[in-house]
Amino acid sequence: MRCGDFRTSYQSDMAVFDSDLSRWLLAAFFVALLAFPAVATSYWLDVASRVGIATIAALGLNLLTGFTGQISLGNAAFLSVGAYTTAWLSNKGVPFVLAMYLSGLVSALVGMVFGIPSLRLKGLYLAIATLAAHFIIAFVVTHWDSVTGGVNGTSVEPARIGSFVFDSDQRLYYIVLAAASFHLWFAKNLFRTRMGKAFIAVRDHDISAEVMGVNVFKYKLYAFAVSSFFVGVAGSLLAYQARIISPENFPLSVAIDQLGMIIIGGLGSVLGSILGAAFITLLPELLRLGTSALSGQLPTLVQIFAALKLGVFGLTIVLFLIFEPDGMAARWHRIKAYWKLYPFSY
Amino acid sequence: MEFFFQLALNGVVVGSIYALVALGFVIIYKSSGVLNFAQGEFLLLGGYVFWALVENHAPWPWAAALTILFSIVLGLALERLVLRPMIGEPIISVIMVTLGLSSVLRAIVLGIWGTDTRPYPELFSSAPVMLGPVPISQGYLFSMVISAALLLAFTLFFRYSRVGIAMRATAFSQEVAQSMGISVRSIFAISWSIAAVVSALGGILLGALRGGVDGSLAVLGLKALPVVILGGLDSIAGAIVGGLVIGVLENLSGGYLDPLMGGGVKEVAPFVVLVLILMVKPYGLFGKIKIERV
Repeated sequence: MRCGDFRTSYQSDMAVFDSDLSRWLLAAFFVALLAFPAVATSYWLDVASRVGIATIAALGLNLLTGFTGQISLGNAAFLSVGAYTTAWLSNKGVPFVLAMYLSGLVSALVGMVFGIPSLRLKGLYLAIATLAAHFIIAFVVTHWDSVTGGVNGTSVEPARIGSFVFDSDQRLYYIVLAAASFHLWFAKNLFRTRMGKAFIAVRDHDISAEVMGVNVFKYKLYAFAVSSFFVGVAGSLLAYQARIISPENFPLSVAIDQLGMIIIGGLGSVLGSILGAAFITLLPELLRLGTSALSGQLPTLVQIFAALKLGVFGLTIVLFLIFEPDGMAARWHRIKAYWKLYPFSY
Repeated sequence: MEFFFQLALNGVVVGSIYALVALGFVIIYKSSGVLNFAQGEFLLLGGYVFWALVENHAPWPWAAALTILFSIVLGLALERLVLRPMIGEPIISVIMVTLGLSSVLRAIVLGIWGTDTRPYPELFSSAPVMLGPVPISQGYLFSMVISAALLLAFTLFFRYSRVGIAMRATAFSQEVAQSMGISVRSIFAISWSIAAVVSALGGILLGALRGGVDGSLAVLGLKALPVVILGGLDSIAGAIVGGLVIGVLENLSGGYLDPLMGGGVKEVAPFVVLVLILMVKPYGLFGKIKIERV
């Protein structure tokens, strides 16, 4: 029985797992995820894949906004860059994993270009600059017909490794699970390196960071690159999942959803990215279940479903910001701390 | 040449409405340092409330007055319930709360009125007035005059009225204003009400110009962002100049470049300008420059 944290070395402070128990619990959770397709319907597998993809995207945004403090409203556009690169590459016959990482790289490059204003801009101004990036990229996407198919969109060849084609919900689920796990592992460890700590230093106080030998502009650009890379990979997976992509898949509301995920999950928390992505993706699904269950008594509920979805989303964000500004991850840590010292918690 | 004048004139008309919406942004930003991403939804809500009142046989001056009253209450309520708990929170939270607010307001409009375009009654006769060589519709002329009058009124308000001066003092320094006996809280509340009112008026004018209101009105809130960046986030004169410049620029680029590039230039041009301004002159034409070097 543990009764508190006693860290006596830097190493133990930096450890990913603070006890063997948490290591085993995570392993058990992973096994449960592996076994999930055995019990789930194809619909819920699709939902689970979307949660996984959203997790990667939210993680990318969290790297930039939560860990480095650079607010971005351009994520829907970076997502579309990843997705369209994958569509183009897959139609040229580029194999799956390569296409996924090339999409990440292209997205990272575009992200860096639009990260350049961050040299001079902060906070609100940067948010507006990235918003402009969204509209400019969206314009390019709808007008570059030969690559993107314009407003009609373009189709994507299914992912394949060798002769094995990932064309069912179940197979896609495993791809997404593998990709999400790998990127989560990567991000978790990134913050134990110099780069990750430099990101946090830039967020906490950029002038102090510069004084302590962190090249602020360089690390801001790195943050944009790594973040957009993650988002590009998510976009690539999205393309493989959707199979047909068009500008309608990437409205501004996608970027706002992702910001909502990291706000609700917890800014600057890897765990928060997962929780937030799951919450925001599942919210409309649960609402749909709720409204169809109540459709007998309240038929109007189904008619105003779109409005209901939007309203509940907005209200959730507002309420979280007012009552739990640190997000679900902070709440989770508080719950854990409570049980750690039970029954002598205070 | 006449094509040019026509485009420029349309630009001035639309620009004067942008200036109104931008004024809403500036007033809130100046006094409380919050950029309100729900400004477009204020526009939308104002447009729909006016339509609903006119639809229920209110004569339109009364409908406009009631819409203003509604907006005042809306601004006060939002400031009290949503924005006040956010004081002192990091900037990302404040941005997100207004984005969340915009979702809620849009959902309310969508839930009550759906997605159909709601036609406005014909407020003006469609016979054009000749302005020199260029014909201009009476509705355009009316909107321009109203916008100009409102902008003038607010400029005077900030320069001479007691509340206006208190608002400027709050913008300058909240602590100093507080110590001089100004209630910073009520200044915040007033600024949200004013922003809601000017946006609602903008919504009504746009509805009248377009012949009806629909959900696309909310996008105009985002379109006012290039305007405020160009003019400077904390400058009322900047909002006016920026509005006119962006309005004209958008119409000219749309008119001349759309046939070449296949449409949509009008929507994206202001944002290209925005990025350029941010890189060259981040505080805009008339914004207060905060020097901070790393």
